[in-house]
Amino acid sequence: MSAASNDDRIVRPEAEIKLETRGLNMYYGQTLALKDVAVAIPSRHITALIGPSGCGKSSFLRCLNRMNDEIQGTRIEGEVLLDGHSVYDNRIDLAQLRRQVGMVFQQPNPFPMSIYDNVAYGPRLHGQRERAELDGIVEASIRGAALWDEVKDKLRASALDLSGGQQQRLCIARVLAVEPEVVLMDEPCSALDPTATFRIEELMLELMERYTIVIVTHNMYQASRVSQYTGFFLMGELVEYGPTPGLFENPKDPRTDDYVRGRFG
Amino acid sequence: MIGARATGARLTQSFAFLLLWLAAAAVVVPILGIIGLMVVWGAKALTWDLLTAATGGLLPAIVGTAYLALLTALLAAPVGIGAAVYLSEYARPGPLVRLVRLAIVNLAGVPSVVYGLFGLALFVMLLGFGRSLLAGACTLALLVLPLVITASEEALRQVPPGLRQASLALGATRWQTVRRVVLPNSLPGIITGLILSIGRAAGETAPILFTAAFYSLSDPYPKSPLDEVLALPYQLFVMATEAPDVAEGTKWATALVLLAVVLFLNLGAIVVRARLRRGQRW
Repeated sequence: MSAASNDDRIVRPEAEIKLETRGLNMYYGQTLALKDVAVAIPSRHITALIGPSGCGKSSFLRCLNRMNDEIQGTRIEGEVLLDGHSVYDNRIDLAQLRRQVGMVFQQPNPFPMSIYDNVAYGPRLHGQRERAELDGIVEASIRGAALWDEVKDKLRASALDLSGGQQQRLCIARVLAVEPEVVLMDEPCSALDPTATFRIEELMLELMERYTIVIVTHNMYQASRVSQYTGFFLMGELVEYGPTPGLFENPKDPRTDDYVRGRFG
Repeated sequence: MIGARATGARLTQSFAFLLLWLAAAAVVVPILGIIGLMVVWGAKALTWDLLTAATGGLLPAIVGTAYLALLTALLAAPVGIGAAVYLSEYARPGPLVRLVRLAIVNLAGVPSVVYGLFGLALFVMLLGFGRSLLAGACTLALLVLPLVITASEEALRQVPPGLRQASLALGATRWQTVRRVVLPNSLPGIITGLILSIGRAAGETAPILFTAAFYSLSDPYPKSPLDEVLALPYQLFVMATEAPDVAEGTKWATALVLLAVVLFLNLGAIVVRARLRRGQRW
């Protein structure tokens, strides 16, 4: 069934491919959470993953930087390729993979330390000790996350004193500081108010010029506003994937049609 | 009718409330009673002279108890915190973890005199430490290990999972995450648990009875960890049971000092927690 539906519903982007999965199955214990997902994610674009709760979109996202490894009892089959190399290869350096493929979470989760130390956390982890170098990385990363003007005078203040939206941009800065190539975002705006959400969306469009972004979102409008490609997940299956306008205006699968028109989910 | 039922309910409510209040108050009575008794009977005898007298003074026992407590903490902290970190951050559920947890629960239930005998067999005799400060501290460390582990695990659990995930997602290893994020943020809870556990150990008699404590008036200070040591609980035990012609007031004063040492440690735990927690929230 699902193999037959793959023909024209899963579009392979024209652009250079950064991440690709083939025949990806994922299990939580005995439960199959992802079924035969085959998708190609274009470099330096924003790809949105939509679908109702529990459809597997977040699980899919966490396969891309192997964060599922940290969850008890998960198992995957199939392939996940970053620049054509398998990320589940035994020889891979997990720390290196996660530097290349950064992640922003649903709840802003700054460390209970200063703004500066939050951003310097990654570089320090990977051996950067030079004060001047760190200063440079911290400033560039915070600027990159469009937060500099708001925090430049209080880099030593606790990150927990920032607003939710600022905290989330700080978390983005923290990811940028380890110089990733891909930034995964797991519903990054669902805990934020509309103004903060707008700022993050603006930021994503800026980041797209340098980074490959994959965003999981509950919000279909957000997907249509920011992304160039969209994938629709339902019950662990990638139902449809292609350029965002086409998927929203002319869905090829009736289930996609129902979902984007708000008939369920 | 409705009014009558409401009155009945209100009466039941008041009665239940009274019972609960009594239960809560009953917790306070013993501690007030104990402290009161000691203060009334011991305070008069608690003179500067009693504390510092060259022979028969309490100072050597206070110092000995401090040595024991400190060494116990030094021994129990790395093992206890290490075990807690393993259980909370590394271990995958399975037979080994179940066994370890079962061991912790049962260790906590072993009577302290059994620890004393075990310490005598293992540390004093088999390992050849002799009756010494070291053997006593090792025995006390075993006694408090379950407390330290349980308190540390609880403190580690308080660290939000999102912080661990953030660290791992930045490319940190599990150990880097533990060292840089999890431990610093659980330290207040861990240290509080450790001090409370040491407070418990400082008041114990049975574990040091065969392993460390002695009663001497002439040469009271240990010169090395392999010397025997005076300790307040043991001093009190000897005064109350064996030593002839110790004034009644002296016994109560000794008890008062022991209680003060333990309460002081508990107070210390509260202060440390308050200090370290300042400005910390998530």
